[in-house]
Amino acid sequence: MARSVTPRRKMVVTVLAWAVGLLIFFPILWTILTSFKTEADAIASPPLFLGFDWTLENYAEVQERSDYFRHFWNSVVISVGSTLLGLLIAIPSAWAMAFVPGRRTKDVLMWMLSTKMLPPVGVLIPIYLIFRDAGLLDTRTGLVIVLTLINLPIIIWMLFTYFKEIPGEILEAARMDGATLWAEILHVLTPMAVPGIASTLLLNIILSWNEAFWTLNLTAAKAAPLTAFIASYSSPEGLFYAKLSAASTMAIAPILIMGWFSQKQLVRGLTFGAVK
Amino acid sequence: MATTHSRTAARFMISPSVLLLLGWMIVPLSMTIWFSFQSYNLLSPGTEEWIGFLNYEFFLTDPAFFAALSNTLLLVLGVLVITIIGGTLLALLLDQPVFGQGVVRILVIAPFFVMPTVSALVWKNMFMNPVNGLFAHAAKAMGLEPFDFLAHAPLFSVTLIVAWQWLPFATLILLTALQSLDQDQLEAAEMDGAGPFSRFIYIVVPHLSRAITVVILIQTIFLLSIFAEILVTTNGGPGYASTNITYLVYAQSLLQFDVGGGSAGGIIAVILANIVAFFLMRMIGKNLEA
Repeated sequence: MARSVTPRRKMVVTVLAWAVGLLIFFPILWTILTSFKTEADAIASPPLFLGFDWTLENYAEVQERSDYFRHFWNSVVISVGSTLLGLLIAIPSAWAMAFVPGRRTKDVLMWMLSTKMLPPVGVLIPIYLIFRDAGLLDTRTGLVIVLTLINLPIIIWMLFTYFKEIPGEILEAARMDGATLWAEILHVLTPMAVPGIASTLLLNIILSWNEAFWTLNLTAAKAAPLTAFIASYSSPEGLFYAKLSAASTMAIAPILIMGWFSQKQLVRGLTFGAVK
Repeated sequence: MATTHSRTAARFMISPSVLLLLGWMIVPLSMTIWFSFQSYNLLSPGTEEWIGFLNYEFFLTDPAFFAALSNTLLLVLGVLVITIIGGTLLALLLDQPVFGQGVVRILVIAPFFVMPTVSALVWKNMFMNPVNGLFAHAAKAMGLEPFDFLAHAPLFSVTLIVAWQWLPFATLILLTALQSLDQDQLEAAEMDGAGPFSRFIYIVVPHLSRAITVVILIQTIFLLSIFAEILVTTNGGPGYASTNITYLVYAQSLLQFDVGGGSAGGIIAVILANIVAFFLMRMIGKNLEA
């Protein structure tokens, strides 16, 4: 039973919670507002909050000047590509570890997790040199490979925690009825596993979209996703706040929306199931 | 019979992941170790030679290393303190009945989904800039001299930016933990005459301790490797004032092309991360049995 709360107390807490929420959200709100200003309004003193001439020209200009959609498309290909490839490799592994656990399953899982803790600078130089020699620098293929590998442990772990919750009795019943291994996977497990797979997919796309160590170090102009594209605004010339804001808004909007749908899975995915 | 059959199938299904991760770990890591004992600069190819521990000696006695090491620790600690105290308070607030709770939650979680380069640039230009930033406007409005955050307090500024990004993560995990708290226990304590403060100290905090440990360990793993935020705000400067180990290794290897020295730094970063990872793995491993 929820504890009874006086209306007065609820009002006070509501005002406080909204104030704190808006404060934390403010940098994002300010970026979105600035993206609709002219460059002159963007640096007006005192700052203009809502009373300015709304314009869309920054969005047009960002696209025109720096070919925004190419970088957007690079981000899509890299994040979705690495996630799908990762799922393809991880689903069989997680399935096997959840339903046919052996003596060493736990050790294998822990070892996979430990690879995630390897700091990227520890392997930066070899990867850079291997990529240079293999012609993979500044290619989307190269980034898909790297991001698949760095996120593989998270994908396997997330799927494993979801698959473990599927009751084993159902499998036994199917086996009694004479279902083969593949029939078991196709007709019994898949329908039950789809929600877990979908959550994993969503979280992993978000993580790959925002990954900023490998994308910054392994791309130049051609394959640069949005993380690297935005970084190119760090040494700008002239007035640029409004354009920076427009580029930023477009870079974070899709993932912000996806992120809000995956709040619950976020906790589970990022704590490797330690907090549910 | 079915068991033997499915066991073989299981091995077959697990092996691709194992082999890939094994390759990803062993091949580049052994290359880094090998390079770290070489004198190897990309600008003078063909002059590589074995020099033993000289790279480590140079790296570990370089004043930049100590600056980077202390910056790394300060950055990690600063962000942890802000996110855990702030996250606990926020979680307690969001756990209360509130009008429009879903929307408030969405507002609070949003920073976590902003890519590091965007949040760093937005904070750098639109908030911390000493001429046009909002903080400068606020200072002028109060009759104060605007403060150049990134020039005079670079590490503190980077800490603030990173803390803003990670606060939602800590909040979300602590809130999840808080929601599994047994309300009956709180009510019983209240009836026995425990005030809000002692209820918090003796019931809520012990309940949250596990979640807090998880937050500390996971954030530490990510915070040790902070890179993009430093690259786009300060480039590690002024001097080495905001250089962490990750950035130092990057600068050594990809800006100065010193593969040997950079590799030695990379191995040192791996050792540091391993110390943290050791504790994290023990915690998660325990959880797996439960």
